[in-house]
Amino acid sequence: MLRLDGVTAAYRGLKALHGISLEVPDGAIVAVVGANGAGKSTLLKAIAGQVRAEGRVEFAGQRLDLLPGWRVARQGVVLVPEGRRLFPRLSVADNLRLGAYARRGDKDRFAPLELVYDLFPRLRERLAQRAETLSGGEQQMLAIGRALMTRPRLLMLDEPSQGLMPRLVDDILAAVVRIRDRGVTVLLVEQRLAEALSIADHAYVLQTGRVVLSGPAAEIAANAEVRRAYLGG
Amino acid sequence: MTATLILQVVLLGLLTGLVYALVAAGLSLIFGLMDVVNFAHGQFLMLAMYAAFLLHAATGAGVLLELPVVVVLLFVLGAAVYRGMIARALSVSTNRGMVQIFVTFGLGIFLTGAAQFAFGGDFRSITGGLLADRSLVLGGLHLPLSQVAAAVVCLIAFAVLLLISRTEFGRALEATREDRDAVALIGINRDHIFALGWGLGSATVGVAGVMLAQFYYVSPNVGADFALIAYVTVALGGFGSLLGALLAGLLIGEVEALTALLLEPSLKQVGMFAIYLAVLMFRPRGLFGRL
Repeated sequence: MLRLDGVTAAYRGLKALHGISLEVPDGAIVAVVGANGAGKSTLLKAIAGQVRAEGRVEFAGQRLDLLPGWRVARQGVVLVPEGRRLFPRLSVADNLRLGAYARRGDKDRFAPLELVYDLFPRLRERLAQRAETLSGGEQQMLAIGRALMTRPRLLMLDEPSQGLMPRLVDDILAAVVRIRDRGVTVLLVEQRLAEALSIADHAYVLQTGRVVLSGPAAEIAANAEVRRAYLGG
Repeated sequence: MTATLILQVVLLGLLTGLVYALVAAGLSLIFGLMDVVNFAHGQFLMLAMYAAFLLHAATGAGVLLELPVVVVLLFVLGAAVYRGMIARALSVSTNRGMVQIFVTFGLGIFLTGAAQFAFGGDFRSITGGLLADRSLVLGGLHLPLSQVAAAVVCLIAFAVLLLISRTEFGRALEATREDRDAVALIGINRDHIFALGWGLGSATVGVAGVMLAQFYYVSPNVGADFALIAYVTVALGGFGSLLGALLAGLLIGEVEALTALLLEPSLKQVGMFAIYLAVLMFRPRGLFGRL
C-alpha cells in the first residue's frame, strides 16, 4: 500500500502540488488523470524522490519521502518517466540488464526477462539494437521492461501512451493489466482519460495541484464533472 | 641517418606513446563519465611516481610489488577526491563549471606544493632493481628494458580497462555517462558510480606512474609535462574514448620522437602542439569523440 498524506512539492520554483493525499492499495491499478499542468508528473516524481516533496509518503509502512531517488527504486517503487529516459546508445539487452544492476548479488536477477519477453515479444527481436534506433512504441516497451527488471512492487507509469498510435496504446495498456495480474501494483498517469479509466480500479482527478475528485474508476468515468476538470475548466 | 636509427626512434616513440596513452586514458575516463576535467591529473601521476620511488627505496621491492600497492593507493585517492571535493563542487548552485575547474586546479597546486615540502625539489630516480640499466637488444636496436616493460604493462592495463567496460559495472558506468539522472530510476546511486569512476581513472594513472618511475626522474613538477601531453592526447583521441586515447597516445609518442630526430630535440613538442591546433580547428571532437 502506498499512502500519501498532505504532499506538497514545487517544480521549477512553482508550487505544483498542494497537499495531495491518496492511497494505492496493493494489487490495484490506480489512475491519476487531469489536464496538462495539473501536477500529475510532479506527483510521480515526488513519490520517486526525483523532486523534493514535503509531507508524508509511505510505502509498505516505510517512509519514502526522506530517501534519495535511487533508494526509493530499491524499495520497489519504480518510475517509468515521461520521455522514457532510456540509455540511448546502449543496446536493448544492456538497457534491460541494467534494470537488474541493483540486485547484482542475486543469481536469478535476470528472471524477469521472461515476463518482459512475454509482454513485449518485439524487444526480443531487437536485443542487439541501440535503444535510440527503436520506434516510439518499442522505446516505451523497453522503458517498462527495464523497470520490470528491477522487480518493482509498485510501478509508476507517466503517460505511457504519449506519442503512440492508438493501436499501440491499447497494447501498452493491455500489458499494464497483465503486469498488475502478476502482482505488481500500478500507479498510472494518463492524459487519455477513457482508456486509463477503463483499466483502472480507482482514480484520482487532479486539478492545479489538488485532488478534486476520487473514487472507483467506473464512477469517475461516469461523472460529468470529470470531463470539465479534465478539460481544465 | 641510418635505417636502424630511424627504426630505433620509431620503436622508442611507440614505447613512450603507450605510457602517454595510459595517462590520457585515466583522464579521459573521468571526463567521459561526468564532464569534469581533472586538472590535478598530472599531480596524481607525480604522487604515483613518488609512491613507487619511496616503496623502492624502503623495501627494494620490484615493480611487481609497487604496482598493486600504488594502484590501490591511487584508487582510494581518486574516490576520496570525488567524495570530498568533486561531489561538493557539483552540488553548488551557481557557476558550477568554474567551481569544478578551480577545485581540481587548486588541488593540483596543493599537491605539487605538498610534494615540494615533503620531498624537496630534487630530481630523484629509481636505481638498481631488475629493470634498471638493461636493454633489450634486437639486431642493432637497443631498447631499454624498463621502457619495454612500461609499454607492455600499459598495454595490459588497456586490456583490463576494456574488460572492465564489458562487466556489469562497466555497463553501469556507461549508463551513468549517458544519463546521470536516469540511473536513479533503476536503483543505481550515481555518486557511488562516480566515486568508483574516479578511483578507476586514478588507478589507471597510478599504473602509468609506477612504470614511468622505472626510467624517468621524479620531482614535484614532473606531472605538469605529462598532464599537458595527456590533454593533447585526449583532445586528439576524443574525450571519453578508450580506443581514442590509445591511438592518440601512440601517435603523439611517434610525432614527438620523429620531430626530435628530424628537426631538433629541443623542438620535440612542436609537432605535438601543431597536431593539437589542427585538431581544434578541423575536428574538435577528436578522432573517436562523441561531442
